[in-house]
Amino acid sequence: MKRATLISFLLCTCLAVSCLAQQTITIGFTVSRTGALNVDSLEQYRGFELWRDTVNASGGIKAGGKGYKVQFASYDDESNTKRVQQLYTRMILEDKADFLFSPYSSSLTATAAIVTEQYEKIMLTTGAAEEKTYKLGNQHLFQMFAPASQYLTAALDALKAKDPKATVAFVYEDASFSVAVVTPAKTYAQQLGFNVVFTEAYAPNTTDFSALIDKVISSKATVLLGGGHYADGSTLARQLTGHKVPLKMITLLVAPDSPQWSELGDAAYGVIVPSQWEPQSTFKAEYGPSGADFGNAYTAKYNAPPSYESAGGYASGLILQRAIEQAGGIDTAKVTQALNATDITTFYGRTRFSTQPNEHGLQVGHTIFLAQWQKDKSSKLVKQVVWPLAGKSADLLYPIH
Amino acid sequence: MSGILASMIDGLLIGSVYGLAAMGLSLIWGVMDVINLTHGSMIALGMFGMYLLFAAIAGNPYVLLIPVIAAGLLLGILVYWLSVNWVVGRSQLMSLLSTFAVNMMVIGIGTAIWSTSPYNVDFSLSGITVGAYTFTGNHIAAAISALLIALLLEAFLYHTRAGKAIRAVADNRDAAELMGISSTRVLMVAFAIGIALAAASGALVSTLFPFTILSGAGYQLKSFVVTVLAGLGKPFGALVAGVLLGLLEGAVSPFIAVSWIPLIEFGLFVIVLIFFPRGIFGKATA
Amino acid sequence: MMTMLRRPLFWLILLLAGIFAWLPVRGNNVALREDLILVAVAIILTSNLNLMIGYTGYVNFGHIVFYGLGGYLGLYLATVRGWHLVISALVAGVLVSLVALLFGLGILRLRGAYFALATIGVLVAVQAFVANFEPWGRSTGMYVSFDSYAPLGGPRHALWTTYFLVIGVMALSLLLSLAIKSSKFGLGLFAIREDEDAAIVLGVNATVYKAIIYSVSAFLPAVAGALMFFKNGMIDPSIAFEYMLSLEGIVMLMLGGSGTVAGAALGAGLYERLRSYLLTSPRLSEFHLVIAGGLLLLVIRLAPGGLIGWLYRLIPHSREVVE
Repeated sequence: MKRATLISFLLCTCLAVSCLAQQTITIGFTVSRTGALNVDSLEQYRGFELWRDTVNASGGIKAGGKGYKVQFASYDDESNTKRVQQLYTRMILEDKADFLFSPYSSSLTATAAIVTEQYEKIMLTTGAAEEKTYKLGNQHLFQMFAPASQYLTAALDALKAKDPKATVAFVYEDASFSVAVVTPAKTYAQQLGFNVVFTEAYAPNTTDFSALIDKVISSKATVLLGGGHYADGSTLARQLTGHKVPLKMITLLVAPDSPQWSELGDAAYGVIVPSQWEPQSTFKAEYGPSGADFGNAYTAKYNAPPSYESAGGYASGLILQRAIEQAGGIDTAKVTQALNATDITTFYGRTRFSTQPNEHGLQVGHTIFLAQWQKDKSSKLVKQVVWPLAGKSADLLYPIH
Repeated sequence: MSGILASMIDGLLIGSVYGLAAMGLSLIWGVMDVINLTHGSMIALGMFGMYLLFAAIAGNPYVLLIPVIAAGLLLGILVYWLSVNWVVGRSQLMSLLSTFAVNMMVIGIGTAIWSTSPYNVDFSLSGITVGAYTFTGNHIAAAISALLIALLLEAFLYHTRAGKAIRAVADNRDAAELMGISSTRVLMVAFAIGIALAAASGALVSTLFPFTILSGAGYQLKSFVVTVLAGLGKPFGALVAGVLLGLLEGAVSPFIAVSWIPLIEFGLFVIVLIFFPRGIFGKATA
Repeated sequence: MMTMLRRPLFWLILLLAGIFAWLPVRGNNVALREDLILVAVAIILTSNLNLMIGYTGYVNFGHIVFYGLGGYLGLYLATVRGWHLVISALVAGVLVSLVALLFGLGILRLRGAYFALATIGVLVAVQAFVANFEPWGRSTGMYVSFDSYAPLGGPRHALWTTYFLVIGVMALSLLLSLAIKSSKFGLGLFAIREDEDAAIVLGVNATVYKAIIYSVSAFLPAVAGALMFFKNGMIDPSIAFEYMLSLEGIVMLMLGGSGTVAGAALGAGLYERLRSYLLTSPRLSEFHLVIAGGLLLLVIRLAPGGLIGWLYRLIPHSREVVE
């Protein structure tokens, strides 16, 4: 893995040297190649990478009569906030990155955003849904994901339609993203008239959920909403199955969207995930590839279907590319203007950034799906879109068993 | 009510694994007056040892414990010569630093090999269901294995020549040497056993939860708490204190958020250290 | 005070701080500034840790708790309460020193390894408390709003200002170590290190001495924490109370030479540069812990006096200059 980074880094450098005649732009970002976020982060990286290769194969980004080849400066942040700050500083000061993408996860992104804003660099954030960061007065930050407050509202709406008497438990990671998701969701659940019988946040890096699971059972909850990222979410699902908790619906954040989720077997079945994008979605792309083209290119390259992190990664590239084209160059102020004016539908859905001073850069165009792991005719686990009803590929399975 | 009971049983099961880990730390402390800071990394190596064996052979993890323990003994001898032999009897700062240095190296090598990403041993025994609560088979098997290993250690320490020599050195090293016991060899064996216990507890933990190369650190801290509760240098006291700590966790968790538990544990740890430095089972006299 | 002025190390410390302040300003080298601020923080932490380990003979594994608490208090006062950065940092320092005094009176009844274990307990307990403390944002921590940089002239200016302040704290840390070393108080500490019972017999009030030095060693790290986390713009329990950083402080101290003023600075500077190099060198980044661990093992085995101890043996007269 590390060697691959080194080689790709060297390749980039060689490319840069041999193509001096042509302009290049450097985009900096960190990837969590190791640590708790490695599964989700790597999928996001593949989205970036596929976009870069596609763009460069077609001669780079064309703006103001020039062609810009895209090169990356990227490092492993080890899923660690402290490393993120060091590395973003380094990419800005030493690698002279022109633009930045965010790391994966709301916590790491919030940390990186401080550095990028201090040096007034544009950063497109993906894999980071929490809203707080956009309310700190940033001028150069643009969010690709639909904000966190939307994640569980869809799940609660779906539940309301199926079982208005359900009793609800929230069990979630005590991290920026999941806190930003669950806090409004809890209020919304109460508005819908659900009985919220149990709410507890667990520390990031929790591996032993026994005590929490015993409490969920004692609370007699029939529905569990929560989770955080891949490592904790998959562990929670396994242990819920191990303890045979009689739940009718399990909705976990982020983790079940990964194709790896099916490896959990029984524990994977029936779990619902709020999703930024699914391969089944059929947006009519005004710019860039269609959803099918993206899916096919991705599967051909990585031998696995894309997750929404991958789609978000690719879409970040597209939106930046379009803004550079419209700005006619890579001047920060002009590209910022172009991003502020963006309102477009790509394969990923609609993208529009808020320009209100108190929430500048917040995503206001994109919306959330619900996907559920179900069994197809050959009893193989597959992920189906179950909400919104207009875009569904299968009916919501409720209760799970 | 039944919720508390279930939670306490879960606590009891995991507590015996804490106890097993702490026994290793406590044995080494008692015999050679060394606080072994490689403890955490040895627990982590036990986890990865189990992971590798299980991936290679796919056998029953509880049988695979035997090769893990054997490897732990060999590793213990290596670590003893690398970091302990030359600091025994010198200031505690020296042994703290030398074992800490080896710990860093092991974690560094482990990170280079396995990165800090999580791993799983994908094995599950069906559990026992009582009412709404289910106790997983892996937890039950881990607790039983921990107790068996503790019994074996007891038999070794009290009924074999080598075991008696270890106890003699722990009681009074000079007197033992006068009686013709080679203390270096005894110390080495005791250290190796301590490491093997750490590795065994790590191997058991790996069947319960996902782990990374850094996971050992958390269990090392728990081992400190348990060892101090029991009074340093009392391996069997450590086992009991481990079970008690698990029970305590189980008993309080229904009433407070789980994230407060470390504060209670480590607050208790500091208080016991200050007021009962010989542990809760210790005599008040100096 | 006059005797301080006659000591070469006093002037060397001022020279070092001057060089640190001047180098990045010349040519507006922001990258160099970012490197040097990390070195300065390492020197601050190590030289204050030296007051406990090197001077008094008590191993503190949880020294970072002062830095983290200072960071939390400083950030809270500066962003939530809107106080000026310098005042926030100083108040944070004073409060953390008081907390340390309280902790110290409890855990300093313990000696040797028992004390070392208790410091780990304090670190983990404080971290767990902060991770559950609602006003400080629990596990997600606190963020600096960009408005907070406005009184310092915007983010660009604020970064330079914090840099100079941190360099100032670094100089103060070294001067503090130097001043204590030659004072009567310092002699008392050394007596405790050599033989605590004998020191008590000779009339050193060990309990008071230890509590004072524990509290003093908390002050400047807390101030530095307030400055650094303000500069970083955020704080959360896992980066504020990083156990590893606490332990690396001990490595730096042993490397340079425990008990000496210059050793703490030298060890911290060398180790921090080595670590930065290893972290960003793609081939070696995975081995920084192995190298650091191996280095520590070699130092304590072959040269327990660290680099300064080795210098003393090489050039005996150097003792008069490098204290």
